[in-house]
Amino acid sequence: MNDNGPIVIVGGGHAGAQLCNALAGAGLGARVHLVCDEAELPYQRPPLSKAFLKDAQQAVQLHRAEPWYAEAGITLHRADPAVAIDRTAHTVQLRSGAVLPYAHLVLATGAVARTLPTLPAVLANVAALRSAADALRLRSLLDAARHVTVLGGGFIGLEIAATARALGKQVTVLESAPRLLSRSVSPELAEHVLATHRANGIDLRLGVKVGDFVIDGDRLVSLSVDGQPHAVELLVMGIGAAPQMQLAQDAGLACENGIVVDEALRTSDPAILALGDCASFPEHGSGRRLRLESVQNANDQARSALATLTGQPDPYRALPWFWSEQGSLRLQMAGLMPADGVRHRRAGATPASFSILHYVGDRLACVESVNAPLDHMAARKLLETGKSPAPAEACDPAVPLKSWI
Amino acid sequence: MPDLTFILADGSELGFEAHEGVSLMRAATGYGVPGIVAECGGAAACATCHVYIDANWAERLPAPLSDESAMLECTAADRGPTSRLSCQIRLDASLQGLVVRVPDRQY
Repeated sequence: MNDNGPIVIVGGGHAGAQLCNALAGAGLGARVHLVCDEAELPYQRPPLSKAFLKDAQQAVQLHRAEPWYAEAGITLHRADPAVAIDRTAHTVQLRSGAVLPYAHLVLATGAVARTLPTLPAVLANVAALRSAADALRLRSLLDAARHVTVLGGGFIGLEIAATARALGKQVTVLESAPRLLSRSVSPELAEHVLATHRANGIDLRLGVKVGDFVIDGDRLVSLSVDGQPHAVELLVMGIGAAPQMQLAQDAGLACENGIVVDEALRTSDPAILALGDCASFPEHGSGRRLRLESVQNANDQARSALATLTGQPDPYRALPWFWSEQGSLRLQMAGLMPADGVRHRRAGATPASFSILHYVGDRLACVESVNAPLDHMAARKLLETGKSPAPAEACDPAVPLKSWI
Repeated sequence: MPDLTFILADGSELGFEAHEGVSLMRAATGYGVPGIVAECGGAAACATCHVYIDANWAERLPAPLSDESAMLECTAADRGPTSRLSCQIRLDASLQGLVVRVPDRQY
């Protein structure tokens, strides 16, 4: 392999953009090609469900302005998705017909919004949210709507619901599970989120069975909720995302709920790496397979990918953390919620501010914070350094959590 | 169109013209100022866009709100008397000539 040859990054999301930054910082920009599906330069996605939706004047926030890429020596291929990998020839073919040779290929292909097989793919009043184009479309649909139905009570669905409510819309959220956010947060936190949204006037229904869709031309007219017709003016799909791994599968790379990588982010072909939302990686220590859809994971894996690409692999072991802003709720999670943890509540200054600490045995494993950023930052430090103050100490509201760092 | 100066951790200086109406963090990341990481993209959730505002400018800025103040307790480099999260500072004409220092680490 030519170790000084081109590094081709497929995907211009957070992971691809951060890897460009890391490679440019290491003086390797001139070897980098960034292949983007979209015409936009890489941009920040978290605001798309919040500030961007609220304000028609808000522009997409670019990670780096255009001149930076040229100065770093990075070659951009915009609105020109990769269509095939030739692993023998070490080339990637783009839709335009361009063929890019690589010494190292990095797949940062992200995830796509899940859809319902029973619903036509394109309807004038049904929207999902992954990209800036999706957000622009949703913004104009929201502007014209009085009532919004959100299908799915996950993070993105709830963020959009809170934003729509702040815009004065009537909002209904339909969740099939018996509680919100069941895979990602504790029952106590989910209960607080539910109560807050309901108090804010969102009609939030749990444990519902969504059935038949009534379609007229290019519009969804209604859907059945627990057997009753529910009229739809605008439907937002918030039922999760699936890893984008077609390119990898077509190239014969191992895939299972994501592109399978080792702890240095190498796929089953050592010349090809994968990172971010699309990558299934072994958790440091346990070895269990994880695939995380988060900005933190994209950023930290970009740093690990740089280490691998520069010949100094450093096993990926960053602490997972997430955040979500839903109206007045700022949720921050440090560590992954254990299935078998014991939970303790740390009170904050007001009832709207608290943290939930998860212990496995006497080990602190995860901290969920609501409107308590100081707790969150302290929790990240504690978890990163493996410190576990006893629950009675850590939950004493008179003592800042950071005292135990 | 304020002119900004960033003094990097190694003592070198970067100066450029920024747009009004965006945050100081947005101007810095767009230009690619080394040492401004801004992992969370401006949600005051990560404290990786920490800067030290030049003493001559510090008092001309609106004081930090409680969220920012809380996050400033958790910066990787020590908090100084003029520490701010650059994502919470909106640029306008009154900040023409603003000078800030970039800390030596953000995480």
